[in-house]
Amino acid sequence: MTNKKLLLGAEAIALAAIDAGISGVYAYPGTPSTEITEYIQRSKIAKQNGVRSKWSSNEKTAYEAALGMSYAGKRSLVCMKHVGLNVAADAFMNSAITGVNGGLVVVVADDPSMHSSQNEQDTRAYGRFAYLPVIEPSNQQETYDAVRYAFDLSELVKLPVLLRITTRLSHSRAAVLQQVAKAQNALNPSTEKKNWILLPSNARVNYAGLLGKQQQLTDISEASPLNKVVEGSGPKAVIAFGIAYNYVMEVKQAEKLDIPVLKISQYPLPEKKLKAFVEKYDDVLIAEEGYPIYEELLKGFFGNAKFRGRLDGALPRMGELSPDALAKALGVPMPELKAIPAVVANRPPMLCQGCGHGDLFVAMNRVFESYPAKHVFSDIGCYTLGALPPYDAISTCVDMGASITMAKGASDAGLHPAVAVIGDSTFTHSGITGLIDAVNDGTSVTIIISDNATVAMTGGQESSGDGNLYDICKGVGVDEAHIRVIEPLKKNMEKNMAVLKEEFEYRGVSVVIAQRECVQVMLKNKKQRNKTAAAKAAV
Amino acid sequence: MNKNIIIAGVGGQGILTIAAVIDLAAMNNGLHVKQAEVHGMSQRGGAVESHLRISDAEIFSDLIPRGKADLILAIEPMESLRYLPFLSKDGVIVTATEAFKNIANYPEEDSIRAEIEKSARHVFVDAEALARSVGNPKSFNVVMLGAAAPYIGIGAEQLEKAIAQLFAAKGEEIVEMNLLAFRKGLAN
Ligand SMILES: Cc1ncc(C[n+]2csc(CCOP(=O)(O)OP(=O)(O)O)c2C)c(N)n1
Ligand code: SF4
Repeated sequence: MTNKKLLLGAEAIALAAIDAGISGVYAYPGTPSTEITEYIQRSKIAKQNGVRSKWSSNEKTAYEAALGMSYAGKRSLVCMKHVGLNVAADAFMNSAITGVNGGLVVVVADDPSMHSSQNEQDTRAYGRFAYLPVIEPSNQQETYDAVRYAFDLSELVKLPVLLRITTRLSHSRAAVLQQVAKAQNALNPSTEKKNWILLPSNARVNYAGLLGKQQQLTDISEASPLNKVVEGSGPKAVIAFGIAYNYVMEVKQAEKLDIPVLKISQYPLPEKKLKAFVEKYDDVLIAEEGYPIYEELLKGFFGNAKFRGRLDGALPRMGELSPDALAKALGVPMPELKAIPAVVANRPPMLCQGCGHGDLFVAMNRVFESYPAKHVFSDIGCYTLGALPPYDAISTCVDMGASITMAKGASDAGLHPAVAVIGDSTFTHSGITGLIDAVNDGTSVTIIISDNATVAMTGGQESSGDGNLYDICKGVGVDEAHIRVIEPLKKNMEKNMAVLKEEFEYRGVSVVIAQRECVQVMLKNKKQRNKTAAAKAAV
Repeated sequence: MNKNIIIAGVGGQGILTIAAVIDLAAMNNGLHVKQAEVHGMSQRGGAVESHLRISDAEIFSDLIPRGKADLILAIEPMESLRYLPFLSKDGVIVTATEAFKNIANYPEEDSIRAEIEKSARHVFVDAEALARSVGNPKSFNVVMLGAAAPYIGIGAEQLEKAIAQLFAAKGEEIVEMNLLAFRKGLAN
């Protein structure tokens, strides 16, 4: 069966994983990784084959469930954005020590240039940190093939395999040729207890085993079709990692340059191939989409001057690469460019018309007018746009869940009122544990859960705590007299302000659940209902 | 054959439908396609663009190099100017005339028009009026596609075929309406 499909990089991963015989995908949404799981959720074949695909509460729960499926002998995929791996890092690092039973592929989507993120951390550093193989494909077809390869590799070396992509690859389409699908593994739980019980005595043995596998991993990289040389004539050469290869080849093709290129898409580095390549040239440009991790390594502490890249300014120190950045580094003169006229105004993202977060912020701002200063600890989601005018409503946005715990710390320091604003999905992702700390400590905080019953920021996925937020707060010990539910509508403004004011003044833990459906989800549901009604009418 | 197209608009205006039609027509013709899109934060009413590349040779970069776009197809006039550094010396701007004013400091519409006129070869399209004339304001996008059709490097009949394919699932009526919208734009 051959079949060409136009797919996003993210979708190529999803299709490849289905075809590689996964039994489940585990994920928490996050740009630019969300579309992988969404594709599997929509796939009829995945449904037929019983591939489980419901969203997890956070990246750690996702990772551990995927590891459990691997323990049981089946193949599993786990997906997240780069900062999600920070949340799952404990499970990730230790899964390198346990190893796997069924194949486990960990897809992490990095966001250089921070299009939709708080930082541009490079997941390849985690790969080195954990001593695990990393695959970094350059285009959509290679991504499809690499996922299949990664599952085989995982089952061969009995380790999780990390697949690193970036925004550009995840969100760009190209034709992908599908291969014949594989069957799923049968249930076959591991009986190797010593692999899985990480008591120090076992862990030491397993860690030695992991170190012992490094030569094998290097040998596999050496022979990998993902690492290849594109011939050319010296003295200048390029080592291009992952998607940087595309930009080098773009310039090479357009300018008819005859530069030799070593493409690296699998780690650990293929030492022999790399040494043989580098020895031949006096001037080697290192193009990495992300941190200059391998540039630092190759350049060394004393700074071998033959290597150029992000560290010496040949390429920009931060942000994603581009064909233009590579052209400049390779000495190609820029054509004269048209400038953006001064009349063009910025058009930043903003809350939708009729968004409940907006009416909540207006009420909250007005209550703060009666206080000498306004400090609002916030979090990540659509409501972070409350940082911008006309709201200017929030003071912080750091990492998921940090609103509650930072408000707690500030309250401990004496700040009053200490107010947190958090979304419903962020609350169940990692807000609940912070709330327990506040309850145990009797901290004076007001936690506003802006509950739009969805994960809106990433496109309206279902939210883990939907319908249960009140009971969760009650269950962890918040006094019911101080769990207040409001509906943030303009017509309720005065009433809502009164509730907020009362809870700001209360010296203890209070939670205000502001419930109003996200406008986008409402529209989507309405469309869906119309469709269903039309289908019924047609029958 | 090698075309670099930037499709520009505001999050929620549906620039991806235009891209999907061109993608499909290019694939039908055995061409290589790469199309980078914007998902995530900026979709909330911010400026969004798609880089669409079609060629009979292998395409490497998902992004169009600066100064190498043949066409900027804009669903909103101010957005047509935001990507000017990508436009080649003799590239074309095809833009809708209707301003989408979701920001307080939206500039004078006349000054935008004047900038477009002096920046490049250009085609103005009253897409909203044309879409209304076929009875569906939502066909705005397809009107714009029709207006840009002469600059895409794929025949209009091929684009029509792709429209029919893409909308087939929605029924005969929707297909016809979109074809009509396409032709209105083409005749602009
Ligand atoms: C660790 C981590 N995982 C995922 C994300 C991506 N992300 C940002 S906000 C968000 C969810 C927001 O949902 P919610 O809190 O319900 O707010 P809403 O967007 O619905 O207003 C996600 C998934 C992230 N920034 N960090
Ligand atoms: S998508 Fe939903 S939550 Fe996000 S701004 Fe729009 S209405 Fe508000």
